[in-house]
Amino acid sequence: MLLADGLRHAFGAVRALDDVSFTLHPGQTLAVFGPNGAGKTTLLKVLAGLIQPRGGRARIEGGRSAVGWIGHQPQLYGQLTVWENLQFWAGLYDVPEPAFVRRERDLVARLGLQAYEHQRVRELSRGLVQRVAIARALIHDPRVLLLDEPFTGLDRTAAEEFRAVLAAQAAAGRVTVLVTHNVEEGTELATDIAFMRSGRFVDMAPRHGRGAAEIADAYRRAVSGG
Amino acid sequence: MLRHAWRLARKDLLVEFRSRTAILSAVVFTVLVLMVFNFGRDPTAVAAVDLAPSILWVTFTFAAMLALNRAFQLELENQALDGLLLAPVSRSSIYLGKLIANLVFVATVEGIGLPLFALFFNVRVVPVHGPLVGIIALATLGFVAVGTLFSAMTARTRFAELLLPVLLLPFMIPPLIWAVLATATLLAGRPLSEAGGWLRLLAAFDILFVALAFVLFPATVNE
Repeated sequence: MLLADGLRHAFGAVRALDDVSFTLHPGQTLAVFGPNGAGKTTLLKVLAGLIQPRGGRARIEGGRSAVGWIGHQPQLYGQLTVWENLQFWAGLYDVPEPAFVRRERDLVARLGLQAYEHQRVRELSRGLVQRVAIARALIHDPRVLLLDEPFTGLDRTAAEEFRAVLAAQAAAGRVTVLVTHNVEEGTELATDIAFMRSGRFVDMAPRHGRGAAEIADAYRRAVSGG
Repeated sequence: MLRHAWRLARKDLLVEFRSRTAILSAVVFTVLVLMVFNFGRDPTAVAAVDLAPSILWVTFTFAAMLALNRAFQLELENQALDGLLLAPVSRSSIYLGKLIANLVFVATVEGIGLPLFALFFNVRVVPVHGPLVGIIALATLGFVAVGTLFSAMTARTRFAELLLPVLLLPFMIPPLIWAVLATATLLAGRPLSEAGGWLRLLAAFDILFVALAFVLFPATVNE
């Protein structure tokens, strides 16, 4: 379970989070849409514990070890191979060796990385690096996924594969928070939709089968203040 | 804590081993400084043994700066630092991992620099190699401990490579003076016991600043 209760944060005079509250239960995927500077990344960082909020509290069942993060940057080391990167991060999460071998094999296969496993990350294309970043975020089998524009750099096929991975995660009862400014990318996966403007959730509701076009209309109205 | 620290240190060393950028720069710098001092001095004016300890420590200090600068720059590439902070790893483990990697790195540079120093300045280090290595280890631990902390502080600033020496060198003055005096005692052929006072000061500096760095490190990396 993931709880955000009255989160507030500011950078100087700029309000990044203003009384943001929500609760997510296993299997729920919240897509947060908002323009640049709306406070989406700050929200994820506060949820992850990377930023201490000025007010309110965030709680993730299982603590830091239950979180998987995919952000703008892949958080990988270019001089290490795909396998070495995954092994390093799995080690920091105390993933036992047999479990690591099993998950690594599974993720590499699902993300189409078999041919690149022993190649250094710096030699890979942007799209492949993003796939490795996804594998890194999932290597410790996190219960909560925090995704910041995760489709950046992925081609159509890779994006489809990634959606399938996320759908499998949701089916397995994982909680996901996905933030993006691109309505097309997040809608399909979401069980709940929130629109963010100037640090506030201006609307949050279950998706109820709404399609991307409908949500895009609602998003335009919400962020323009209509 | 130790397991995570070791994983981090091993990763840093592997990355450095693959790229070799900082180690090569530090070794080339060490060789060049020793050569410049060797050919630039007038051997009839000052005896090599009087000048050598200062040159040794100036060389080691600035070479170490290159290593310390790269310690957290490495984590900023691709925002890996956020990943480390998000992982269920104590901040102390991160600091210890970086400290171990930096110590290995600086020790490697010193290991290459010391024989060259003996060669260029014709000082007899072999008869005193044990105590000399002890002095180098004591002084290195102190300045690498402080340097690792300051490296974390400055890494996210715009002029990290300039800021680190400006912040670090004032802290380095006392241990450098003690290290130079202890080394001079040894190279002059006097017994190590005569340098006991300097060694105790170096040990006290190490204990104080390693402990302080562990306490202060979390505040330097938290947003």
